[in-house]
Amino acid sequence: MESLGGIIMYWVIALAIVIFSVLTVTTRKILRSATYLLFVLFATAALYFKLDYEFLGAVQIAVYAGGIVVLFVFSILLTSHPGDNTARLVSKKRVLGLVAGIATLVVAGWALLSRCAEMASRLPIMDNPSMHRIGETLMGTGKGEYLLPFEAVSVLLLACIIGGVTVARKR
Amino acid sequence: MEITMIYYLIPSLLMFCCGVYGFVTRKNMIAMLISLELMLNAVDINFVVFNRYLFPGQMEGMFFTLFAIAIAAAETALAIAIIINVFRAARNVDVDDLNKMKH
Repeated sequence: MESLGGIIMYWVIALAIVIFSVLTVTTRKILRSATYLLFVLFATAALYFKLDYEFLGAVQIAVYAGGIVVLFVFSILLTSHPGDNTARLVSKKRVLGLVAGIATLVVAGWALLSRCAEMASRLPIMDNPSMHRIGETLMGTGKGEYLLPFEAVSVLLLACIIGGVTVARKR
Repeated sequence: MEITMIYYLIPSLLMFCCGVYGFVTRKNMIAMLISLELMLNAVDINFVVFNRYLFPGQMEGMFFTLFAIAIAAAETALAIAIIINVFRAARNVDVDDLNKMKH
């Protein structure tokens, strides 16, 4: 049985995720859209904290809120006048978007709800993965350990830095 | 009230659908990228929730999310570099106006 505080926290997080996601895609000022995205990412980090993955929540805040949203804001300020509204949607395009979104919702929602009974398991007990254990798993070479993907991601990030500098450089 | 898995999957599903809607309707390339981030984030939530509820002793879902976050960051940085380059060439980042390479 969940404690009352846990339930209240869950509803706050869920409502924040839903409301700010909708606002992110419907607001007509693009800088506001980026701000609402920031709130969605914070709510997601709170959800990770609630599910006992503290390290993941911290990474989510540091990388997304600290890195990606700042990049978004910079590029919005570089490429558009932040006060402008975007043009009103053509109704054809809005209908297309609504059809795509609602079709996804119906298909995936039906798939979820038809298996609702199998998902009724209560939250199992788990001790938080300690930093020591995360580090060992990230750096180990044994079964279920992640040294190779870690190195691959580091090479990918290096390639991405070089590519970003090359593409955005002034000629 | 018992908070089961479905309670976490529904908000994540709604977030994904918002991402799909935004990706189809937006014209500005940066706004499209923001919608893409929403979709990626929804998938990350799913990984973590399945890991937490079905395999609580293991960390596969958590590490997958960790790597997905890193790759999303790389992808966003590169996409924004491309968008800034496009802006320099066309003075505009609306996808409807980018038809220089057509024909």
